[in-house]
Amino acid sequence: MVEFSLPANSKVKGGHIHPGPKDAKSRKTFKVYRWNPDDGENPSLDTYAVDTEDCGPMVLDALIKIKNETDSTLTFRRSCREGVCGSCAMNIDGTNTLACTKYISDVKGDIKVYPLPHMPVVKDLVPDLTHAYAQYTSIEPWMKSSTPAPERERRQSPEERDQLDGLWECILCFCCSTSCPSYWWNGDKYLGPAVLLQAYRWIADSRDDATGERLDNLEDPFRLFRCHTIMNCTKTCPKGLNPAQAIGEIKKLMLERQG
Amino acid sequence: MATSDGKSGSRVERPLSPHLQVYRPQLTSMLSILHRIAGVALSVGTIVLIYWLFAIASGPEAFAQMQACFSSWIGRLLLFGWTFALFYHLCNGIRHLFWDAGKGYELGTASKSGVAAIIVAIALTFGVWFCAYSAVGGL
Repeated sequence: MVEFSLPANSKVKGGHIHPGPKDAKSRKTFKVYRWNPDDGENPSLDTYAVDTEDCGPMVLDALIKIKNETDSTLTFRRSCREGVCGSCAMNIDGTNTLACTKYISDVKGDIKVYPLPHMPVVKDLVPDLTHAYAQYTSIEPWMKSSTPAPERERRQSPEERDQLDGLWECILCFCCSTSCPSYWWNGDKYLGPAVLLQAYRWIADSRDDATGERLDNLEDPFRLFRCHTIMNCTKTCPKGLNPAQAIGEIKKLMLERQG
Repeated sequence: MATSDGKSGSRVERPLSPHLQVYRPQLTSMLSILHRIAGVALSVGTIVLIYWLFAIASGPEAFAQMQACFSSWIGRLLLFGWTFALFYHLCNGIRHLFWDAGKGYELGTASKSGVAAIIVAIALTFGVWFCAYSAVGGL
């Protein structure tokens, strides 16, 4: 359902101000979304000042610095710190990206940091991805072959392998899905760009024999066709992939098989 | 403790993270919502068109009343808006046809085609109004 405003328990109210070091040479202000499940309060926007001369170049570096030195209660996911795990996906300066590959210097003025949009919040910058992962499971993201397993690998020509470029690189950070207004309003039924790109990754794989079955599963007014080519997904993808195009390819296949 | 399964501890209702409130408007997303708004405007415009046809069918009195309505400044403003809605919906519809054919998804192309749709729609709108005013001989 389309609900433009936030529910009463989700409205962002007030926030603490942490002044940071007094002798900072180059001060950058971070405004970070906070919500604590234990205190019964609404979410707030806390302000932290960070000396960027004494901090790594990425937004994740600043968040880790804040957690280490200013406020140990700040909660966020992170792991690889080099853009391959997808854990630190969040909304920074108005668009979704990975905190570990977003330069602090790329943001003019204060840096606002929110969790991925329109998701249930577990704590602070940690969204609940249970539903998104369940949707991923629903597209059966594994190879289905109708022929017996060969003695060695299933072969692909270089051209067939090329079909997977721009798809296999997806790290399932869900930056794209949570940037999509269609996913915001219909995320219960619409699969969203991340899962649809993954669906196409298996449709496009020459070794997979379940294309018809996979398309049947997506033949639905909501699961696939809630995509209106808004293109926030492609614009925001931190890996430079094009989910909108992958969805377009699935739509094209749907039309082609109708004859 | 907040739990997603609700099996242990008391269940805390999780807040929904901010979305429209914080997401920076993008060129493509703004053009997309404009397409939707233009579509809705055109649906309303169709009702007005039917009213116009009814007025013609109902005789000279009703026609004169309708004409007075549409030639007022607010009537003209609405007609101008509907003209733009029609042309924008048309131009952006063509953009959608290219997408349906699997073309024009690259970020640069999608932005350029969007700007082109807006410019062509504005040009056509002014063109039509220029022709219309020329035909009736001024304001």
